[in-house]
Amino acid sequence: MLRPFRLEEPESVKDVSELLGRFGESAKVYAGGTELLLAMKEGLVHYERLINVKNVKGLDEVTSDNGMIRIGALCTHHQLETSPVLQQRLAALVQLEQNVANVRVRQVGTLGGNLCFAEPHADPGILLLALGAKMVAEKSSSKREIPAAEFFVDAYETALEADEVLTEILVPAPAAKSGVAYLKFGYLERPSVGVAVALQVNGGGKSVHDIKIAVGCAGPAPRRVPEAEEQIKGRSVDEAKVNILKAGEIAGRAAQAISDLHGSQEYKEHIVGVLLKRALQNALTQC
Amino acid sequence: MSKAMLRRADAQTIPISFTLNGRHQEFAVEPHELLLDVVRERLGLTGVKRSCDVEVCGACTLLVDGRPVSACTTLAFEVRGRSVMTIEGLADNGKLHPLQEAFIEHGGFQCGFCTPGMILAAKALLDENPNPTEDQLKHFMHGNICRCTGYKKIIESIMAAAKLMRERRA
Repeated sequence: MLRPFRLEEPESVKDVSELLGRFGESAKVYAGGTELLLAMKEGLVHYERLINVKNVKGLDEVTSDNGMIRIGALCTHHQLETSPVLQQRLAALVQLEQNVANVRVRQVGTLGGNLCFAEPHADPGILLLALGAKMVAEKSSSKREIPAAEFFVDAYETALEADEVLTEILVPAPAAKSGVAYLKFGYLERPSVGVAVALQVNGGGKSVHDIKIAVGCAGPAPRRVPEAEEQIKGRSVDEAKVNILKAGEIAGRAAQAISDLHGSQEYKEHIVGVLLKRALQNALTQC
Repeated sequence: MSKAMLRRADAQTIPISFTLNGRHQEFAVEPHELLLDVVRERLGLTGVKRSCDVEVCGACTLLVDGRPVSACTTLAFEVRGRSVMTIEGLADNGKLHPLQEAFIEHGGFQCGFCTPGMILAAKALLDENPNPTEDQLKHFMHGNICRCTGYKKIIESIMAAAKLMRERRA
C-alpha cells in the first residue's frame, strides 16, 4: 500500500536539481522505482513528492568514444544487457546485467537508480569500482565527476549532494591484453557476495601488469581492496595463481561482512576468497 | 471523516490514455495508484494476482508494450501511451493462445495462481525468441515462482507451445 504523494515531471537536469533543492528531503528522484517503491510500500520511507526523471532526454544511451564508454543513468538493466556497444566493449557488464534480479526488474530498473539507491546487495557498483568508473553528478550550475571509489559511502548512502543528479557513468574501456570478471553467489533473490576483478597482463602474457579487485554485498557498501591487489600486481601469472589465496583472505576481511539472513560473517568471507580465485582465473583466460 | 475527504479534494490526478487488451482506455489516476490495483479493482480484470508484492514471484506479471513488468510495483500513470496486455486479452475471439492450449494439454498448472503470470512471461519470451533452449527458458522464467508443479510441467508446456507456434507460423 502506497501513501499518496505528489508527482513532479521535469524535463531537464537543471529542473530536477532545482526541485531537489526546493523540496529537500521531502522529495526523491524516481526513475524505475524498483527499489524506491518497495521501500515506500513497506512504509520504511515516505516522500511528499517523487520527481520522475524519465522525461529528461538524452540520459538513456550507451556510447563509446576515445576509449571511454558513457552510460546514461536512465539506461535500464535490459537496455544494458542488450547493448551492442557493451557487448562489443564490456562483455563482463553485459553478463552482470543479464543476471540482475529477474526479467521484470531488468525491464524497468535503471543503472542510475541502482547506484543512487545504494542497496548493499547490488551487483553493478562492484564491477564499476573494479573498472575505475566515474559518476557524473550535475546540478543547476555545476557538474563534477565522482570516482566510483568515493561514490559509495555506506549502506543506502552515496556522495551525491542533496541537489545533485547522477546523469552518466563513465567507464574506461578495458585495454588490450586485459580481462574483466564479475562473480556472485547467493541463494536468496539478492546476491550475498559479489567479487569483481579487472586485470591486464604484460605483452608476453607472463605477468599481471595491473589488477583491480572489488568486493561487495557482504558488507554495507562495495569497496576496492588495494591490499589484496598488492598480492597480485607485478607478479608472474604462476605466482598470482598462488597468491590469490592470500589475496582472498585479505579481501574477505576487507568486505566488512556481517552475519545475517544471507549467511554468517565467516561464511561470506570464505565465499569472497572462492569467488576471487575463480574471477582471477576467468579474467586471465580472456587475456 | 474530513481527513480522507480533504485528501481527495486536493489530490493530484494524472490523465492517462492507453490500450488494454487492444481496447482504448482513458481516465485519471492519482500518482500513487499501482497498476495492479487499477487493473484488478477499477477495470475488474482479476487474472493478475497480488502475491509477494516485492517483484520476486511474478504472479502480478503484465505485459507493457510486450515486455513483462511487475504490476505490484508499477505506478499506474506509467502506462500512459502504452499497450497493456493481461491474461484476459490473450485468447483471440475465444480461441485460446497456443501457450494456453499447451498448459492445458501438458498439465502446466495445478492451483493456477501463478499461471497468468507464467503464461504472459512465456509469451514475452517466445515473441522475442521463438526457439529457446531449455536453459534460455529457465533463465527468462527464473522470476516466476510456482509452488505446486515443481516446474517440470511448466517447462514442458512452454517448449510445446514454442513448437506449436513455430509450426503454425511456418
